[in-house]
Amino acid sequence: MVTLGHYLIVSGLLFTIGFAGVLLRRNIIIIFMSLELMLNAANLSLVAFSRFRLDGAGMPNYNAQVFVFFIITVAAAEVAVGLAIIVALYRARQTTHVEDVSSLKF
Amino acid sequence: MPAFLFWIFALVMLGFGVAVVINRNPIASALSLVVCFMGLSALFMSLDAFFIGIIQVLVYAGAVMVLFLFIIMLLDLRAETRRKINVVAVVGGAAVAVAFFLQIYFVIGQLSVAKHPFPPLGAAKMDDVHNIGFLLFSNYNLPFQIIGVLVLVATIGVIVLSKRELR
Repeated sequence: MVTLGHYLIVSGLLFTIGFAGVLLRRNIIIIFMSLELMLNAANLSLVAFSRFRLDGAGMPNYNAQVFVFFIITVAAAEVAVGLAIIVALYRARQTTHVEDVSSLKF
Repeated sequence: MPAFLFWIFALVMLGFGVAVVINRNPIASALSLVVCFMGLSALFMSLDAFFIGIIQVLVYAGAVMVLFLFIIMLLDLRAETRRKINVVAVVGGAAVAVAFFLQIYFVIGQLSVAKHPFPPLGAAKMDDVHNIGFLLFSNYNLPFQIIGVLVLVATIGVIVLSKRELR
């Protein structure tokens, strides 16, 4: 029997994988992909809660699904802007390695 | 949805999610991310969120991943040359991630709601898309229009950032 907890644990694992990717990898593009993984982990738990809390008519809570829709839209815009910034960075420095971009490092 | 399908798709999603992080070649990472999002979309459908599942495939596996692959091609990235690995940073980062997951695991373990199975759905009068669309254009009309402006601003921002001369 699959319970709400299973979905939440899977979502937490996916978030942890993305989190580990942001912490461990040094390539900006991989870090960006890991950010997408984290956003999607949040989406998964939102949809699981939406399916778990049914309304009076026995339908899923569609407010959560509208929220997921907004998150996907904002994430797509974020990817477009972020990748444009990475291209601009590559033009300026010829690198996508975070350790080569350390002007703001203390 | 049978329980074994949940385990299959969850394992596919998590396995290819790990592959995204540990692959040294950015193209292999991007393709693993596509498979990971396919598994996630199947999980959405197992939760009866068919519209979100389809949107996930269209937007992520379609548009966003093409953008990633296009940028990797544009920058002509090869597999990373091996640099000196900072052992302290790697071990510290892995420890932080594991500690974070343990926290999530124990919080969910304490949650009594998490042990209940999903209640059965009622008979649907309208389909998924109809219900979400109705909510989107009634209760969430203003946020929807603001999202439209946000996408417009992002488009203009990308064009400005991509121009050769920034001044």
